[in-house]
Amino acid sequence: MADEASIDTSVTTGEGVRRRDFINIAAVSFAGVGGAAVILPLVSQMAPSADVLAESSTEIDISAITPGQAIKAVFRKQPVFIRNLTPAEISAAEKVDVSSLRDPQTLEERTKEGKTNWLITMGVCTHLGCVPLGAGEGEVKGEFGGYFCPCHGSSYDTAARIRKGPAPKNLEVPTYEFSSDTVVKIG
Amino acid sequence: MSFPWANEYKPGNGLTQWLDEKLPLPRFVYNAVGAGYPVPRNLNYMWNFGVLAGFCLVLQIVTGVVLAMHYAANAGVAFDSVEHIMRDVNWGWMLRYAHANGASAFFVVVYLHIFRGFFYSSYKAPREMIWLLGVVIFLLMMATAFMGYVLPWGQMSFWGAKVITGLFGAIPLIGVPIQEWLLGGFAPDNAALNRFFSLHFLLPFVIAGVIILHIWALHIPGSSNPTGVEVKTKSDTVPFHPYYTAKDGFGLGVFLLIYCAVLFFGPNALGHPDNYIPANPLSTPAHIVPEWYFWPFYAILRAFTSDFFFIPAKLMGVLAMFSAILVWFFLPWLDTSPVRSGHYRPLFRKFFYLLVIDILVLGYCGGAPAAEPFVMISQLASMYYFLHFLVILPLVSSIEKPEPLPFSITEAVLGKDESAVLNANPAAA
Repeated sequence: MADEASIDTSVTTGEGVRRRDFINIAAVSFAGVGGAAVILPLVSQMAPSADVLAESSTEIDISAITPGQAIKAVFRKQPVFIRNLTPAEISAAEKVDVSSLRDPQTLEERTKEGKTNWLITMGVCTHLGCVPLGAGEGEVKGEFGGYFCPCHGSSYDTAARIRKGPAPKNLEVPTYEFSSDTVVKIG
Repeated sequence: MSFPWANEYKPGNGLTQWLDEKLPLPRFVYNAVGAGYPVPRNLNYMWNFGVLAGFCLVLQIVTGVVLAMHYAANAGVAFDSVEHIMRDVNWGWMLRYAHANGASAFFVVVYLHIFRGFFYSSYKAPREMIWLLGVVIFLLMMATAFMGYVLPWGQMSFWGAKVITGLFGAIPLIGVPIQEWLLGGFAPDNAALNRFFSLHFLLPFVIAGVIILHIWALHIPGSSNPTGVEVKTKSDTVPFHPYYTAKDGFGLGVFLLIYCAVLFFGPNALGHPDNYIPANPLSTPAHIVPEWYFWPFYAILRAFTSDFFFIPAKLMGVLAMFSAILVWFFLPWLDTSPVRSGHYRPLFRKFFYLLVIDILVLGYCGGAPAAEPFVMISQLASMYYFLHFLVILPLVSSIEKPEPLPFSITEAVLGKDESAVLNANPAAA
């Protein structure tokens, strides 16, 4: 009986930390951490799945593309533009004062060494993701001779750099390497 | 919560008596939209659109659930399954057209409902919560409509999905990962289509839930009215049933006439022919625009063509577009005039009509190609839009001299007739 009385003291006086407080906090914290942990799979399931990520590289034969020509390939379900620049287009791109650009980059930085004529970029406008025109036969190339996005009027130059319109960035250059002189591996 | 003179529910027979003791659902309905809800006697036809919006939601849920029985949410077959609905399913063409045009009808009545709120300042105390919940419903409607438009997986569906999810890509640093997370890939594909279908099915029921909160919040102060003068006595009100059930019933009839005329005689008038071309990730349609009900906001998005100080043009457009709706959340505190109704606010009234014109201009520009003069016009109209809410409204509220208000709703309806005064004051009777 004496023991019981000593335990009850803090309850009746309402002072100090009670054992029940500890149990309450521990139980709610434990349930809270458990509940929060459940959010992880629920959020993570929305991310690209393994099969989508597995499509992360594509090999393309570029031997048939003559200077001045361009093709549209598919990488990660999105278009890629592979363009064989003419000497005139290369010099037009090199003449531009880089500091005057919205997203300053030289043609050299956007191509591989010794392969300045191969301009490989995503065919996804950096504004809202439309496919710009200019890669297909007879398509409008815009006033800077590169690509033109019909959705909101962004114009890209012959190095696919943004020159006019709402797009904030140059057309993205994906990670790629030349497997041989005629095959390029994107991704 | 209701006025003390509200009719009380009386169960008619043994069965309803038994039910009232166990689950008083008939009593709940009677008090919510029956004879037990006293409503101002002077409501005009602008007060029909809440009920019409509710009708549209039911229409969309019924036609939508039925369409989901025939639709397949897979990027390989989605387009074909919609054509299957159109050609092979019994009455499928009608159900799909009813659903597609039902979305437009829903937005028509909701826009009229919102503009009713603007003109009569329905958002003012004590009804702020009703307004805030209404804006939430509108945002949910926009999300639902957008995801529904993606489901047929035509060219407009695909590129609409790409552009709208591209908006999230504008957020600095975390934007692109968020976009990929939302899509479940690098571009809209099967994963995106599936989740959009799932959410398109779910959100209407979330909307129904928020509508219950919207009506619950409405029943605490009771409905507003065209004079903006609060209900004072019993003679200011009539029971919702049969007075407004009849008036809403008439409005519903007129609504259905117009809706059916579009449904049966111009079912594609509000759509885009490009959406009858299957989605092609390698070719963007020459002229991509969202559905007409998004045009004013789309015009604001496109109005920003050059960087604004250190904020890129793209991010600025996205922020402006979302702000155009989010500013409505602050409306109850931006308009500080104690007078509610636009009928008694001469200056406010003029600016209200200017805002309506401004939004119509924005809507027209949003549907037009992104070229001059539309870009310039959208820039000016977007500027005026924000000017209206953030500058004009607070300014007008502080300098305007409102016209004299009627003493009561009864007086506004019957004039200063002796009998009206007698009715208005039971103590004198």
